[in-house]
Amino acid sequence: MEKSRKSYNLTVIALLLLLLALTVFFSISFGSTKIPLSAIVSALGEGDASSTVYRTIKYVRIPRTLAAILAGAALSVAGVILQSVLNNSLAGPNIIGINSGAGLFAVLAAVFFPMSFYLKTVAAFTGAIVTTLLVYLVAQKTGASRVTIILSGVAVGSFIGAMIDTVIILKPDAVVDRAAFLIGGFSAVTLDRLKFAGLLIVLTFIITLIRSYDMNVLALGDDSARSLGMNVGVFRFFYLILAAIMVGSSISFTGILGFVGLIVPHTSRIIVGYDNRILLPVSALLGSIFTLSCDLVARVIFAPYELPVGIIMSFLGGPFFLWLLSRGSRGQLYD
Amino acid sequence: MIELRDISAGYNRTRILHNINLSFEKGSITSIIGKNGCGKTTLLKTAASILKPLAGTVSLDGRDIATFPGKELAKLLSFLPQTRSIPNITAYNLVMHGRYPYLGFSRTPREEDRDIVRQAIESLNLEEYIHKNVRQLSGGQCQKVYLAMLLAQNTDLVFLDEPTIYLDINHKLEILEVIRQLKEMGKTIVMVLHDLGNALMYSDRVCLLDQGEVVIFDSPEKVFESGEIDRVFHVSSTQIRLEFEAGGGEQKQYLFSLKA
Repeated sequence: MEKSRKSYNLTVIALLLLLLALTVFFSISFGSTKIPLSAIVSALGEGDASSTVYRTIKYVRIPRTLAAILAGAALSVAGVILQSVLNNSLAGPNIIGINSGAGLFAVLAAVFFPMSFYLKTVAAFTGAIVTTLLVYLVAQKTGASRVTIILSGVAVGSFIGAMIDTVIILKPDAVVDRAAFLIGGFSAVTLDRLKFAGLLIVLTFIITLIRSYDMNVLALGDDSARSLGMNVGVFRFFYLILAAIMVGSSISFTGILGFVGLIVPHTSRIIVGYDNRILLPVSALLGSIFTLSCDLVARVIFAPYELPVGIIMSFLGGPFFLWLLSRGSRGQLYD
Repeated sequence: MIELRDISAGYNRTRILHNINLSFEKGSITSIIGKNGCGKTTLLKTAASILKPLAGTVSLDGRDIATFPGKELAKLLSFLPQTRSIPNITAYNLVMHGRYPYLGFSRTPREEDRDIVRQAIESLNLEEYIHKNVRQLSGGQCQKVYLAMLLAQNTDLVFLDEPTIYLDINHKLEILEVIRQLKEMGKTIVMVLHDLGNALMYSDRVCLLDQGEVVIFDSPEKVFESGEIDRVFHVSSTQIRLEFEAGGGEQKQYLFSLKA
């Protein structure tokens, strides 16, 4: 039984890797101009820096593809962490206000230190951490019920959302593309901007994977986890910080990208179950594929014009998620 | 031996337990009984170091329990809470969680851990549904899987909060027999039971609580004879002795009715 489960999980991972490779190819190949595979291979191989194809691939398509992979994986993994650690299937970085918190700090950094992109990343994850802790403290103070966490997150998120709007209205130059920032998008991403945030995302993901079994134990409930020798408070804090770093890092280069952190973890659970050791890599892969596909659609559907990816994400993800929830008895997985 | 000295405990500055002094003997079953809200679970959680006392000390073999590192304590003492979120995992994985205190940095179970889990599963006859999701199991099956997790944790001290609550009579008796088996293995059991008859029948010692204080802590016979159960619960109790034929021994059963 355990062996068949293992081979099923490995098959899922292999299929998702294949799907990711395909989506990466489409993402590099498609856009306002189509670049065939042979041109991609020769441009990357020979590296003729003066050719348009080389420049398009290196300075536009690859950074954009990497950004979508990193942001999709980071937000999905953050969603898994939040849902597991807060023991709440409704928790997602956008629902409990973490995205907004990161967004506010990123906007403030852009207003006061417009030239420093590293600072924007640090500010975004500081904002994510501050909001996470604020929501958690408010919920804990009032009993930390599952509903309270969501409600306090919604309240904090809406308050911070109003602050972001105010800052953007007062300093419209701070955020170059206001719509893209608020809905989320990858149009202005460069490799330089991606480096620091990308490194943070990869590092926190590795740490989360190494400590994924502890998340399973934490899901037993505070008393059970404590009686198994876990320092529940320390671990919960540690995971929340990891989630906040992931959310903050991705928001620093994508803007406020919602939804992916809520639906990808749930979809992944339907595919591989609740064991975080397999759920985390599957969510990361699925999140990357979903975000990359949405970005691709956003680029090609009205080419040469493009939509912010957040819009496509909601258009495709919303109905898909509803379909998943209503499918047979699967909806009963959630209490 | 675990000893509670001058313990006061509660939540958010509200004291529920006042000045408790108790000790639980090795290799015995102790049941904590009392009316709803009298502090039974608070007492169990404090003794199991799940809840920090507001005053006083809990010591294990003479050492203050607060000084034990978490995992070291988890190898000596296990606790089964009454209310818990049922995880969406297989019963096997749940039993394996019992080995958590023994796992190294990589959290990978060794062959020894797998053997202990296998023994726990076999001793509670869980083979039939061990690969099912815990959420698909009946209340009784689920409770047995949790007890197997405690067996896998392999501690000398076992604290159980209402282990038979919401179970049908068959599963209730089965769980109580498992608890008896744990005692035969040399473990010390401390449990909260709301069923007074079972508490008196299955325990070596009974602790009756009322309004956060210990009313009496003694053998079931003496607790029954003291009349304190009748006073605290406002009931009338009767003891029935059942004698079995051909040297089958005798069994005491207890009946409770409302006071006229």
